[in-house]
Amino acid sequence: MNKGTIKQILLLTDGCSNYGEDPVAMAALAREEGITVNVIGVMNNDVIDERGLKEIEDIAAQGGGISQVVYTKNLSQTVQVVTRKAMTQTLQGVVNSELKQILGTDVEMEDLPPEKRGEIMEVVDELNETVNLEVLILVDTSASMKHKLEAVKEALLDLSLSLTARTGNNRFSLFIFPGKKKEVEKLIDWTPKLEKLTTSFSKLVPRGMTPTGPAIKEAIQFMLQTSPKGLLMEHDGEEFFEQSI
Amino acid sequence: MAKNSLNNLSNLPIGTAIKGKWHHNTYKIVKKLGSGANGVVYLTDWKGTQRALKLSDNPVTITSEVNVLKALAKAKGVAFGPALFDVDDWVLGSEKISFYAMEYIEGTDFLTFIKKRGLEWTDVLIMQLLSDLEVLHRGGWIFGDLKPENLIVSGPPIKIRCIDVGGTTKIGRAIKEFTEFFDRGYWGLGSRKAEITYDLFAVAMVMINAYYPKRFVKTGSEGLSQLIEKIHAKEGLKRRKKILLRALKGEYASALEMKRDLSLIKIQKEPISQKVKSSGTPPTRKKRRPLLRALETIIIVSVICFIYAFYIAGQLL
Repeated sequence: MNKGTIKQILLLTDGCSNYGEDPVAMAALAREEGITVNVIGVMNNDVIDERGLKEIEDIAAQGGGISQVVYTKNLSQTVQVVTRKAMTQTLQGVVNSELKQILGTDVEMEDLPPEKRGEIMEVVDELNETVNLEVLILVDTSASMKHKLEAVKEALLDLSLSLTARTGNNRFSLFIFPGKKKEVEKLIDWTPKLEKLTTSFSKLVPRGMTPTGPAIKEAIQFMLQTSPKGLLMEHDGEEFFEQSI
Repeated sequence: MAKNSLNNLSNLPIGTAIKGKWHHNTYKIVKKLGSGANGVVYLTDWKGTQRALKLSDNPVTITSEVNVLKALAKAKGVAFGPALFDVDDWVLGSEKISFYAMEYIEGTDFLTFIKKRGLEWTDVLIMQLLSDLEVLHRGGWIFGDLKPENLIVSGPPIKIRCIDVGGTTKIGRAIKEFTEFFDRGYWGLGSRKAEITYDLFAVAMVMINAYYPKRFVKTGSEGLSQLIEKIHAKEGLKRRKKILLRALKGEYASALEMKRDLSLIKIQKEPISQKVKSSGTPPTRKKRRPLLRALETIIIVSVICFIYAFYIAGQLL
């Protein structure tokens, strides 16, 4: 019954953090806990400065995820593609570590002849379709995001549409930073569909600082407290993987 | 880093020899055919034969597409996608680049063809496409990312072919790749599950795209009413409104059903354009037909009456 769960944090931001812990360190922490961190840099007409860009790339690299910078008009498509790609990457990682177990040496999928690769890819595809997925969405609501939130809302509804077409279960939750009173605020608890978002999002008032680090930290804590063990965790991973086949 | 190598990959000089590590085939680059987010396609020469070669720095992409091409080959009968010939890795210094070799399909892309040869080709090409989709669907697959850029018109004889199978998905799974304009989810008209109706929606959008080559974006939340407005604005689409609407709403159970509706008889008569006038025959034939039919009915009925009268008379006597 337990098919294993892929856990992701999806961070949508438009620039540099300026408050609290180093977000790259927090992303490293997430990875240790079996959570992948994907980052999407959202541009309007402005450009993200080099420091912001580097932070976006570093967070994703450290969090084992994918980063991409886009204009708001392409946001929907990007959010969807990044999430799916990161899932494949995670599953690929699991499959590769399985291969190492079976074949002993440092064999990766690319070291196998193309014919064998196809069979393995089918397993990955199958898992992609059936694995359970948890995405905690972290939206930067600092002042500069004001005009981008409508596009973010659309993109997230679209993401929900894409993922709910899968056979596997989905859980989404939404956190914003900075929150009304705290650095981070939970807007939506775990839910299988993101439709609730339409109402809660329009009430948002963008404000103040960008505490990206604390936001990721809070996201990790929430995920650990509320969800089953992830697919990525070394010792548990194998167990889950075997069950899922 | 990945971006850089893809950049290099899309600028390989003409004459570059690409040698496979596993099967030892050598392909010489003739020209670049195109590039996208997932890789680059070159026309190459393999022992004097033309082959299209798709290269990618992501072996996962290549493996997935090869899997689909193999499955399509198994669902034999139509040459829908390109035929697959070889899968291999090209070792370039420390890098390994995955590629596959396929049939080179020469032709014009769908929209360019329509622009050159006229909108009257739309129905024929769409009907050809629907026949191919029917076979694909029966084999358990959904094309997914159906759009004019993925459709090539080859020939003569004119035949629509599809060149990018990257979005092809098993029925019942989630659609892997899509393009917003052709995606029913974007228009708020259904899920992204791989279903026959998903492809048929895209077919309707391809038809609409033929009349709106520049496409248009969604305005407001009422996707369907916007599309209906667009259909009404073009005479050619308006005449096919019933079919388009059924496809957009997911009411066709199969590609074949949609194809049948597209056949000439069911579409409201086209206004006689100057080109058609010169040929002259079809309108006359259409006028004659109901008359002939009526005559036929009268004859049959009277014959039956005659026989029946005989029968009754026989019984009575």
